[in-house]
Amino acid sequence: MLQYIGRRILTAIPVLIGVMLVTFAMARMIPGGPCVAMLGEKARPETCARFNAEKGFDRPIPVQLAVYIRDVATGDLGTSIRFQRAVTQIIIERLPLTMELGIVALIIATIIGVPAGIISAIRRNSAIDVGTMVGANVGVSMPVFWLGLMLAYIFAIQLKGTPFQLPPSGRLSAGVTSTPFFEVYGWSATKGTLLYSMYQFIANFYLLNSLITGQWSVFRDALTHLLLPSVALATIPMSIIARMTRASMLDVLGRDYVRTARAKGLTNVKVIMAHAFKNALLPIVTIIGLQLGSVFSGAVLTETIFGLAGVGRMLYEGITARDYPVIQGFTLVIAFGYVAVNLVVDLSYAFFDPRIRLE
Amino acid sequence: MATTSAPTTAVPVSDVFTRQPESLWRQAIRAFFRQRSAVLGLTIIVLLVLVSIFAPLLAPYDPEQVLIGIENVQKRSVPCIHLFGCPADQPQHIMGTDGNNRDELSRIIYGARISLYVGFLTVGFAILIGVLLGAIAGYIGGWIDNVLMRILDVLLAFPALLLAIAIVSVLGPGLINAMLAIAIVSIPAYARVMRASVLSVKQEEYVQAARVVGASPIAILFQHVMPNALSPLIVQGTLGIGTAILETAALSFLGLGAQPPTPEWGSMLSAERNQLFSAPHLVFFPGLAIMINVLGFNLLGDGLRDALDPRLRR
Repeated sequence: MLQYIGRRILTAIPVLIGVMLVTFAMARMIPGGPCVAMLGEKARPETCARFNAEKGFDRPIPVQLAVYIRDVATGDLGTSIRFQRAVTQIIIERLPLTMELGIVALIIATIIGVPAGIISAIRRNSAIDVGTMVGANVGVSMPVFWLGLMLAYIFAIQLKGTPFQLPPSGRLSAGVTSTPFFEVYGWSATKGTLLYSMYQFIANFYLLNSLITGQWSVFRDALTHLLLPSVALATIPMSIIARMTRASMLDVLGRDYVRTARAKGLTNVKVIMAHAFKNALLPIVTIIGLQLGSVFSGAVLTETIFGLAGVGRMLYEGITARDYPVIQGFTLVIAFGYVAVNLVVDLSYAFFDPRIRLE
Repeated sequence: MATTSAPTTAVPVSDVFTRQPESLWRQAIRAFFRQRSAVLGLTIIVLLVLVSIFAPLLAPYDPEQVLIGIENVQKRSVPCIHLFGCPADQPQHIMGTDGNNRDELSRIIYGARISLYVGFLTVGFAILIGVLLGAIAGYIGGWIDNVLMRILDVLLAFPALLLAIAIVSVLGPGLINAMLAIAIVSIPAYARVMRASVLSVKQEEYVQAARVVGASPIAILFQHVMPNALSPLIVQGTLGIGTAILETAALSFLGLGAQPPTPEWGSMLSAERNQLFSAPHLVFFPGLAIMINVLGFNLLGDGLRDALDPRLRR
């Protein structure tokens, strides 16, 4: 198993290097250059020369690349031109929101998608099956941005004043603040240190932070704010998970060992859960893992609609403002995360199915 | 299978043995039309194609005509249908009017043209490049295969929409550039399908035989490899059209794709999204149109997959 993990990690390295090169090149190919983007179309050449010299954009490309790789290796992703702040600091503030949104969305997608798929497979060609599959087909065909806006319209306007009213934007209601756990518990850390950054990063997961400190009103507020965006984000993964679960279960339900289990006189539930579902799990786990990529894509749209300052929104703004360090840093983090997830999916595959690691 | 469930009535033996077996394509077509959802998908697409062809006849107004001074309508007015009790002295606008006082229905109808154009062109381009790359990688193999596949792996390491956004920002916003970005992002999928097909038949004896008798690689590719790759490519392509339409609409929604006044559904939706609470119909209709269109291609793609893969036929 260890050997397999090692081999699999080694094959991920060229991809990661490629990702770094592509990000670096792409940021430099954006027309206009950072000077024009930051200082406007009418920026004087001498001003631009000074700006470029200050930021290192006047150096030869290979030198810029070498500096970039050295910085990345030491965990320095540069300083945002627009905000004049360290990119890592912005990531610490924004990544938790996107991760929280993505995780909640995937949880919703899984807890609805998997049972729906199982029931569909067991009751094949019944009304429930047809209904679920029609729903799944509609789900994958729906534009995320449209669904998000429609949900906002229904839950923020039509249901206003009812218990089902949900906020259409933001992370917390006005006046509600989430006190970081390290302040609540009086753990001290010096600003600027790695420990402090880690504390901050964890504290920016509002749901987690309020949960471990018992700030229940903050937890409820954060959850209600997260509900609409994560439902919007969950529809496509949910539909795909339901379809995959159904297909995988149908495949397994026809196998000899399932028939044997039934012949032994096991209860239906036991046959389905212990014999069929356990064996159908592999492709389901894979597809859930792979959905994380679509969640990141969808996050750009969901965050735009629901006014959330997450990674997707930040990257989009960075691109339109030609904020090179932000584009590079955020793309890198997202792509690394994506590659890491694929790696974990592959490894889990090998964990569940010994045949793969023995190949 | 038709041959296994032979009818009980007597069939002349000679007939059973001499009858031409039904061709695989005929079987696939029959299997396709047995699926209700696939037929529904095909119907949706045929209807959309007809709507886009006959848009000038179907649309009550010019999609870009501003109706100020021409008719007595307010901008963003709610749908007015005479049949459902809208006063006859008011001009009929089945889907209302938009923020620039244009007829929403006409814009939706013309939008079908753009949507189909986007879908077919984007996927066509992606298939062309993908098939070429996949064929080269699979047929030549060795380090070329390795390099090509690693490059495609890098492309796949980015979430599709984010990569497309980055490409559009390099090329500049606009419908054509957005389509190009989506096409580039979807190339790896087709290249992989093609490569897999090439690899699966490369070692077959009939391909070896063709090579021995001196057939050129191009001839082998078209005569032996392509027919094998065709059905997965058709399926992937049909499903890909849905995705391409969805992603291009998303880029337009973000302001990176089609620019006003083009009647593109994503940008129409985007233009009115801040009026969601006062004029929800202007967000509802374009989104519904996108969904129906994408649904059509998804149903068709699923149906084709089941029909073209004999193992999935039941």
